Amino acid sequence: MKFENFGLGIAKGLAVAVSYLFRHAVVSQYPEQRLNISRRSRGNELIWSRERCTGCATCAKACPQGAIEIVTATDAVENKYTVKTYRVDTGYCIQCGLCVEACPYDALFMGYSYERAKYRRAELVQTNDGMAESPDRPVSGYFHPDIAAKLPKQTLLIEKVVEKRK
Amino acid sequence: MAIADVALSTPLAMQVTPADWPGGYWWHWLFFTIVIIAFVLVMVMGAIYIERRGMGRMQNRLGPNRTGPFGLFQPVADALKVLLKENIVPTTADKIVHWLAPVVAFTPVLLIFAVIPFQNGALLADLNIGILYIVAVSSISTVGVFMAGWGSGNKYSLLGAMRDIAAVVSYEIPLVLAIIGVVIVSGSLSLNQIVNAQDIPYILVQPLGFLLFFIAACAEINRSPFDLTEADSELTAGFHTEYSGMKFAMFYLVEYAEAIAMSAVITTLFLSGWRGPLLPPWLWFILKTLVVFFVMVWTRTVLPRVRIDQLMGLAWKFVFPLALINLFVTAAEVIIWPDVSQWYFVIANIVIGAVLVFLWSRIYKPGLGRIEV
Repeated sequence: MKFENFGLGIAKGLAVAVSYLFRHAVVSQYPEQRLNISRRSRGNELIWSRERCTGCATCAKACPQGAIEIVTATDAVENKYTVKTYRVDTGYCIQCGLCVEACPYDALFMGYSYERAKYRRAELVQTNDGMAESPDRPVSGYFHPDIAAKLPKQTLLIEKVVEKRK
Repeated sequence: MAIADVALSTPLAMQVTPADWPGGYWWHWLFFTIVIIAFVLVMVMGAIYIERRGMGRMQNRLGPNRTGPFGLFQPVADALKVLLKENIVPTTADKIVHWLAPVVAFTPVLLIFAVIPFQNGALLADLNIGILYIVAVSSISTVGVFMAGWGSGNKYSLLGAMRDIAAVVSYEIPLVLAIIGVVIVSGSLSLNQIVNAQDIPYILVQPLGFLLFFIAACAEINRSPFDLTEADSELTAGFHTEYSGMKFAMFYLVEYAEAIAMSAVITTLFLSGWRGPLLPPWLWFILKTLVVFFVMVWTRTVLPRVRIDQLMGLAWKFVFPLALINLFVTAAEVIIWPDVSQWYFVIANIVIGAVLVFLWSRIYKPGLGRIEV
């Protein structure tokens, strides 16, 4: 005979609830505690290398949102294209990573950033040297296994939720 | 006033009031009025904290922890916020009823505490009909709720209020029947004497009575799983949909003050009130009250809200017959074996209670079958 219909079911439920009372909660205390971001994360900003870029605009063609604008000029002396303007409106960006995959010269990378809320749309636009790689804007390993291999091993979990604020 | 007068003129009250009480009657009245109001407000804050943090932890989250150490000031912050908010009265509202409702709902909750002993003889009025007084007074809150539902001029509010009336009318009967079991065993209606008579906590002597009283009390004060009055998912917030600002704060206060009052009544009736070793009596009383309140939070976390037909079905098919049988069994025991040690009753009543719950669960299952109306 099953006793779940005779009050045992409720007792079991109560026991489960009270067992959770003595566990660590799964939530992370966001501004103080952050989950690690994947090494191959597609953050919502792009990192662009002026040296490698040839101005072919393959990225602009690959972008489904048309968020990438690229203006090139001919450099008659060096006999090549120079990039006058490289501008990405990350407000349109859907972080699909197609531009990074499309780039034939490995000049474009995804970043890690996910806290780019701004007060004005214009502040979301990244241009020229504002897109260069820098220590506080590291390059993600997305579509670049060689970069991902060099990044330190990590867990996506946080160790323990503590109540104390630093 | 008249009630308090009667209480103080009884020999018992004279006996338990300290002989050197300064100033006598009026000082007693002033002191306990202040104590009761402070007790209710502080306990409500504690209750809100326990509910939000406890429920949070049981749902695998932390609950509010930003305001002060461990989020202790969250109720204060909530109160400040809600008191400073704009008071909005709908154009279709019945203005006077709408304005009066929170007061009518809140006053009876304070009145309940007048007869609850904080320690031996430490109560506002030691009525010899204390528990009857509680039953009579606690139902008045329902009038306030119905006034709120009617005065809002909103069909959801009215629906919520009518559900409250239905629940209270149904659950008042098993509630009183469960109380009568306790009264028969203790031989008194005065809460102070009931506590004094509890050499064994009546949760052991009346286990089934305790269970039924707990269910009925939860239904009466609209705690989950019986919170159909405020059923957020169907009625937005039920009777207090149209309330904001200070009047909403009053209803919020009523909700928790009622829960604390019922916890205090359960403590007094079934958990031997202020009695306990080592700690001072009033501390025992507060601790037990908080434990009972925690059980309410616990059941709220676990059990889903019932439908209105299930609520009625549970009242009339499960709780009511069991309460009647429990009363009959208790009365028979007390009449047939008046001089037997209560420990025999403890064993007998636990067995009888378990068997009855088992049998009735076979007959009635709230999950199955729908009542056609």
